[in-house]
Amino acid sequence: MSRAPRTLFEKVWQQHVVEQEPDSPAVLYVDLHLIHEVTSPQAFAGLRQRGLKVRRPDRTVATMDHGTPTQALDSELMEVQVARQIQQLETNCRDFGVRLYDLADEQRGIVHVMGPELGLTHPGMTIVCGDSHTSTHGAFGALAFGIGTSEVEGVLATQCLLQRRPKTFEVRLAGRPPQGVTAKDLILAFIAQVGVEAGRGYVIEYTGEAVQALDMEGRMTVCNMSIEAGARAGMIAPDDTTFQYLAGREFAPQGASWDAALERWRRLPSDPGSSYDKRVTLDVTRLEPMITYGTNPGMAIPISSPVPGPETFADPAQRAAVEKALAYMDLQPGKPLLGHPVDVVFLGSCTNSRLSDLRQAAALLSGRKVAPGVRMLVVPGSQVVKRQAEAEGLDRVFKAAGAEWRESGCSMCIAMNGDQLQPGQYAVSTSNRNFEGRQGRGGRTFLASPLTAVAAAVAGAVSDPRTLM
Amino acid sequence: MTHFPDIVSHAVLLPEDDVDTDQIIPARFLKVVDKRGLGEALFADWRYRRDGTPDPEFALNRPQAQGAQILLAGRNFGCGSSREHAAWALRGWGLRAVIAPSFADIFRGNALKNGLLPVQIQDEDHQRLVALVQREPAARFTVDLTAQLLVPPAGDPLPFPIDPFSKRCLLEGMDPLTYLLSLEPRIQQYEARHEHTQSA
Repeated sequence: MSRAPRTLFEKVWQQHVVEQEPDSPAVLYVDLHLIHEVTSPQAFAGLRQRGLKVRRPDRTVATMDHGTPTQALDSELMEVQVARQIQQLETNCRDFGVRLYDLADEQRGIVHVMGPELGLTHPGMTIVCGDSHTSTHGAFGALAFGIGTSEVEGVLATQCLLQRRPKTFEVRLAGRPPQGVTAKDLILAFIAQVGVEAGRGYVIEYTGEAVQALDMEGRMTVCNMSIEAGARAGMIAPDDTTFQYLAGREFAPQGASWDAALERWRRLPSDPGSSYDKRVTLDVTRLEPMITYGTNPGMAIPISSPVPGPETFADPAQRAAVEKALAYMDLQPGKPLLGHPVDVVFLGSCTNSRLSDLRQAAALLSGRKVAPGVRMLVVPGSQVVKRQAEAEGLDRVFKAAGAEWRESGCSMCIAMNGDQLQPGQYAVSTSNRNFEGRQGRGGRTFLASPLTAVAAAVAGAVSDPRTLM
Repeated sequence: MTHFPDIVSHAVLLPEDDVDTDQIIPARFLKVVDKRGLGEALFADWRYRRDGTPDPEFALNRPQAQGAQILLAGRNFGCGSSREHAAWALRGWGLRAVIAPSFADIFRGNALKNGLLPVQIQDEDHQRLVALVQREPAARFTVDLTAQLLVPPAGDPLPFPIDPFSKRCLLEGMDPLTYLLSLEPRIQQYEARHEHTQSA
């Protein structure tokens, strides 16, 4: 008798349940634990208080990214509090034997750019990090999600996590998107369709032709924003694209263990006939580049559409939310966003700062200039991305156009390191959150793709990148 | 003796939907190595004007909000970032329960680990309670975790869900990490079976 068909999520979940006692959450084994300077200090303090060790330093990898400077790496320029968190992480990693990619390390970067780049992220793994965008690693067919600091402490101590089993949600992106419509536009269109709460309690699996056609970096962009739909995680079935990306990377299996791993990984995709708790299909064949107008990632529109009026929303709570968002953004309903002046363009973050993002952006920017009065900040996702981009001359394209070329880090996505908007400023950002004040108190964010970001930089206003292509 | 005695308190009203953790505590307040003292930063950008003075219009600054242990919030409360600082800040201000029609997944877990009880109620009941608190800001509620009941000043008590494990942790003062540590032999067995998967 054959067993019931199982989804990718179910296979990974079942393989990692250490214990499931009645009336208790599952005890899930964690294959890879990523840590950074902002959400780990209290966890290490907890270990010290209890006299515990890091159980599996070999499954724990640390870096510093959230508050780190992207300009000069001169510690005198660093804010005292940030410097203290960085020193604390150095001390913690030294005391507990955890591998740290520190500021001087040539392989450091945003934790969700660095992990996959080093080959740390493998299909079928469970991966956690004290950061909600850990969902990025789901692009490899890993079950990866963000956790709180108490859980960071628990994973450091036991390599396990207490988790209630989430439900499954298939998101099928059907067809092929038109030119100028990127991975970022796909995920923004999906969240705009379902809202920021649709994924609550679920793990999403992205399927369909548009997903299969994406390269790994595009898949990471899609999975990265699963949390913005409220989902616990986002996953994509591993395939040859995945395996080709991984082959030969520093921490990917080598030789005979590569062959064995490949055999295991090929069994991971959802079985035909698998059932999901919820399903949504999005036809991507007629999508446009997407842009947000409001203060959550679900408030997004096709770039040629007018800003919706609050009265077009049937749900009174949603109407109130849009009204409040438009007041914060100081936008008029019914007017197009196209042509709206922009002060800052931010190209970076764990959503869109990988080499392919920089290549796309540079190709569009080449021979053009950033409009007078606009500040464009290009922040590569890792030092490796930075060096690769420089080897290809992308930095020269950005600099010649008048953009700032920086060291890697989270930078203006979270605005902890001094890279931030001034009150009232408008930015087109390739990051993941347009929440009030996210990029600096009083700052106003339009989320979009790297292509749309470049178009805005060149025009000095929200602009359709397809007009430059 | 219970470690989570009944909460009897009036409620602060912040009924908008999708309040994200960047609002609960903006990222610039995350540059700390401690959990304490974050109550000051709770809802900082809504609570204080640019010049640093409190905005008297904001719910937490109104005289009737003082001393409240309950926040009456909207749908999908705590969405966005996984920062546990959000739960620490709410606790730091003195809150012990948040009532809402729904909570974001990571926030719910973080809240429960810090003695902050997410009280999830139906939309209709929520609307009724919001109207009540708007009318009578001093209305007192009782949250009885043992019975899983929210008791409004008038009308039927409202049941709320909580997973049995979290309930036990709160009532008995049981610590999830102590539970995990007690499973060490099982974890070792698991590792012995699965060590073929690569470590980092």
